[in-house]
Amino acid sequence: MFETAIFYCFAAVLLFAALRVITARNPVHAALYLVLSFFTAAAIWMLLRAEFLAITLVLVYVGAVMVLFLFVVMMLDINLEQLREGFWSYLPLGATVGILMAFEMALMIGGRYFGFSEAPLKESAAGYSNTKALGRLLYTEYAFAFEIAAVILLVAIVAAVALTLRRRKGVKTQNPAEQTRVRRADRVELVSMPAERDR
Amino acid sequence: MVDWILTRPDAWFGPVWGPAVFDTTANLAFIVAIVVPLLLCVAYLTLWERKFIGWIQIRIGPNRVGPLGLLQPIADGIKLLLKEIIVPTQASTQLFFVAPVMVLMPALAAWAVIPFAPEVVLADVNAGLLYLMAMTSLGVYGVIIAGWASNSKYAFLGAMRSAAQMVSYELAMGFSLVVVLMVSGSLNLSDIVNGQGRGSFAAKGLNFLSWNWLPLLPIVVVYFVSGVAETNRAPFDVVEGESEIVAGHMVEYSGMAFAMFFLGEYANMILISTLTAVMFFGGWQAPIDSALFNWLPPFGWLALKVFVVVTLFLWFRATFPRYRYDQIMRLGWKIFIPLTLAWIAVIGIWMQTPWSLWR
Repeated sequence: MFETAIFYCFAAVLLFAALRVITARNPVHAALYLVLSFFTAAAIWMLLRAEFLAITLVLVYVGAVMVLFLFVVMMLDINLEQLREGFWSYLPLGATVGILMAFEMALMIGGRYFGFSEAPLKESAAGYSNTKALGRLLYTEYAFAFEIAAVILLVAIVAAVALTLRRRKGVKTQNPAEQTRVRRADRVELVSMPAERDR
Repeated sequence: MVDWILTRPDAWFGPVWGPAVFDTTANLAFIVAIVVPLLLCVAYLTLWERKFIGWIQIRIGPNRVGPLGLLQPIADGIKLLLKEIIVPTQASTQLFFVAPVMVLMPALAAWAVIPFAPEVVLADVNAGLLYLMAMTSLGVYGVIIAGWASNSKYAFLGAMRSAAQMVSYELAMGFSLVVVLMVSGSLNLSDIVNGQGRGSFAAKGLNFLSWNWLPLLPIVVVYFVSGVAETNRAPFDVVEGESEIVAGHMVEYSGMAFAMFFLGEYANMILISTLTAVMFFGGWQAPIDSALFNWLPPFGWLALKVFVVVTLFLWFRATFPRYRYDQIMRLGWKIFIPLTLAWIAVIGIWMQTPWSLWR
């Protein structure tokens, strides 16, 4: 009962935030509403006792991805008029995707297809750890799929580095390791000179 | 009397809403019991900082308001409360006021999972460590929003610096916590503290040699230094480097809005110190298991450790000159992250050998 009330609160906030993501005039505001909707979605997952997924959503998407996203959006000088130009020509495509998604969601919420409506939330034992259970499954039953995903990510990282790496010539950089290795004898030379007489 | 109070929610709100009302009230009371002393600590940390740095520099420090200057933080607080809050022209007003809240909120929210003594913790959740990482990663939003909403170039540059710095050092911190997680085998902070009280040294009563700091020595250093960088404290405080960008993201803030940033920074310092104490220095455990040390209650030991670690922050500030920005990035990406990654492998292999300390 209490959980249902909380769920409706979060759901209302989530819908409002998601709506503002596409209606906010300022791209920075839109990005911040996206942050809010991620956070609220995480809270709803928490209600479903998926605490690992919920916290990972906050950690990865809110804590890292959206920070970089905001970083870029704030630096860009976005022309709103230009963004709005293609609205009508993109509308059919967008509407198709939207309707398809709504259809899929209706399937899920209807629930007969997967039998979700018959499966209530399982009451977990006191020492039950979501993270442990997930880890055990990932590293045993789904180890192969998990490793493929890891390799794909690694390739993506290497590709991103390779795409942006450029060697510029004539850049003066300091090498702190070299700097600290320098000894007095390398830089200072004492020259013995005969004393000169005052004029 | 206690029974009467405990049955009131059910009597007033019925059996459906009663337990919910009771839980909410009890939790709120606990939250107040954590946050109010914490904010007092923050206030007096500013005084301790000024006194301590004063002594280091052979000065007296604040001594005018109250005996020994003890009322100085109160006077500062009242002064900041009464000052006018100025909103810059063409600033994004709503975000301008949201930003200080976004700085302070994660710094306070993270305290929910910190164990203060055995069994004394607001939320004894199994994913406590993850929750902490998530909450500390939120702090950067306040800084970015403040920089953007201020409509000022200095503030924006400060925010950009800060965002890059905090995101970089978060990785090193996260990997250090992964090592702690590996040796404790639990994400629950109470379990992490309890796990440090086991081992061959702890069996002889020498608890402090069984704590994580000894087997994980480089990680302690990485974690704490990353924590200093994460809170934007000296020597990593280029975010508000006075000589370059005035005061960074808070340059346009005045009065209580500025004070919120201040509170957030100091609350984060205390939080990082507490985490260092909990993860590596045995939390609420006494260093030696004997009557001489056990008279101090567990919470007292935690407070003492936090005090020592937080004083290190102030010591750093009085001692080290500011890093240059590219050197900060180099330290984070080229030294700390490879070091923690290598140490994950070292500990992983160590745990598989017969000499593993963690069984």
